[in-house]
Amino acid sequence: MEKQSFKKWICTRKVQRRLVIFTFMFVPLLLLLLFTYIPFVKMIQFSFYNMKYIGARTFVGLKNYAEVFQRKEIFGSLFNSLYYMAGGVVQLALALFFATMMVFKVKGESVFKGAMFFPYLICGIAVGFIFKFFYARGAVLDTILQGLGMNIDNIPLWLQDQSINNISLAATSVWRYTGQNVILFLGAMMSVDTDLYEAASLDGANRWQQFRYIILPSIKSIIVLNIILCVSGCLSAFEPPYVITNGTMGTGTYFVIMNRIAHENQKVGTASAMAIVLLVLIIICTIGQKLFFKYAFDDGTSDESKAAVRKRKKAEKERKALQAKGGVR
Amino acid sequence: MRMKRNVSSFVFAIVKYVLLILASIVSLAPVVVCVLTSFKTNEEYASTTVLEFPSSFGYFENFKIAIEKANMLRCFGNTALVLLVVLTVSVFTGSMLAYVINRFTFPGRGMIENLFLFASLLPGIAMQVTIYQIMYSLGLINHLYGYMIVLMGTDIISIYIFLQFFENLPVSLDESAIMDGCTYFGVFFKILFPLLKPAIMTSLVLKGVSVYNEYYSSNLYLQRPELKTISTALYTFTGPYGNQYNYICAGVLITIIPILVFFLVFQKQVYSGMANGAVKG
Repeated sequence: MEKQSFKKWICTRKVQRRLVIFTFMFVPLLLLLLFTYIPFVKMIQFSFYNMKYIGARTFVGLKNYAEVFQRKEIFGSLFNSLYYMAGGVVQLALALFFATMMVFKVKGESVFKGAMFFPYLICGIAVGFIFKFFYARGAVLDTILQGLGMNIDNIPLWLQDQSINNISLAATSVWRYTGQNVILFLGAMMSVDTDLYEAASLDGANRWQQFRYIILPSIKSIIVLNIILCVSGCLSAFEPPYVITNGTMGTGTYFVIMNRIAHENQKVGTASAMAIVLLVLIIICTIGQKLFFKYAFDDGTSDESKAAVRKRKKAEKERKALQAKGGVR
Repeated sequence: MRMKRNVSSFVFAIVKYVLLILASIVSLAPVVVCVLTSFKTNEEYASTTVLEFPSSFGYFENFKIAIEKANMLRCFGNTALVLLVVLTVSVFTGSMLAYVINRFTFPGRGMIENLFLFASLLPGIAMQVTIYQIMYSLGLINHLYGYMIVLMGTDIISIYIFLQFFENLPVSLDESAIMDGCTYFGVFFKILFPLLKPAIMTSLVLKGVSVYNEYYSSNLYLQRPELKTISTALYTFTGPYGNQYNYICAGVLITIIPILVFFLVFQKQVYSGMANGAVKG
């Protein structure tokens, strides 16, 4: 009798288990299928067809892919990503610089942090209008430069001049994301025991040494993550040209062109092929970088590379030597 | 020696503050110029340079015009509704999914987790090429609920946050509740869900900001003017008002003000949300 009821209990638990697994996963899985994997499979399928969203489709084999690589305006647009990559480097460097500054005591830290971070929260379209205004002839930037004594005739048209407009656009994305990177880096730096900084400065380490031997190793993983995100982000750069110039005058990045081909020209097949090509590129880059960092820092999960361990030991030695000299108590 | 050190640290401090102030100015200047411009009358806008102050900060006509022309009140309503529904649903779906993946072992669990992880690798805009076709065939275009579903469906970040959080919730909590005769549903809703508060906060902040600012899908799937959300409402200004930046700036500010207020109130949560979300996002 007792056995029977125990069995019953187990049984209901089992049923309950299944029920909970099923009901809790149903909606998220359905959404995942509907908006990630079905589109993904369809994208691969569409890339072999000549088709519009509605109407007949004809199988064309690899022709769409050939077009992606042959048409200069498509594959060539990937070179515009280089501007954003350069911007990304500037952005990471600036963010690292300011985060390091703020890790040491700064009065009014929250004001500076807030001011630098706020651009990140502004809607992309608003950013677009802000910078259309900023760069417009005779508007903000021109007025500032004229105030500094420049002649208006020597100032380029920031968004039209093809030698500079991509730089103007990449600058907006530096403007927007630097503050966010500062917050990320600062968060990682703050998670280091602050006694370490104090101890180091008591031991006579200068700012650069503190940065190099304490701060940098502790935030290495988040920097690596940001570099990886930066490269894939630059390949898929979209927002600045989309909202500011709409990809005209040589500013079209790969995704802006893809977006136009898909939704304006309705050449869904070509756009799908473009998407697949870039996806493969991004995956190759991501894996390549991961391997690189794994190789450079012997295992990808540890925060300390072999070189860093060596250097830390050396720093310790230096510190001891300093102590021995009586430089500090 | 000490003297020298004091001097150099004094110089260092000055350089530091100058640079920080400079960075703050650069960050805010483009927005501040918008503020100045948005208070200018048409004549003032035409006759003054952009860096000059308006004659009065009491001139709200531009804001009125912006609100009317772009139908911004309606757009705010739409955005509020979308926020309410999408945030509520994604908190529940995200936490429930994380609960099942973290607490149960069943065939296919690892695969499902990996499917979600891989999904975050796929660039969103590329996916929209075919998502558009699916939306079209499901008849979800030009419906607010269709837009909501897209936003819920492309939400990986809150799942990450909840998964991470569950890792640190001791299983003994569940076990003791089950001992007391609690059902699995009860364990989740009565015991665990209230403990998820920090994770819920984080995902609300991150998701809230991204939904409020989302414009790409909104532009693609909500083409009827009365369905526009606040982020795309600004597009109204591209046509006939293309060069009337005093109106445009007023419109821009109207969209920024709610997020500014939100940021000032929830600064701490925004920062910690950023830090948490970035770990795997």
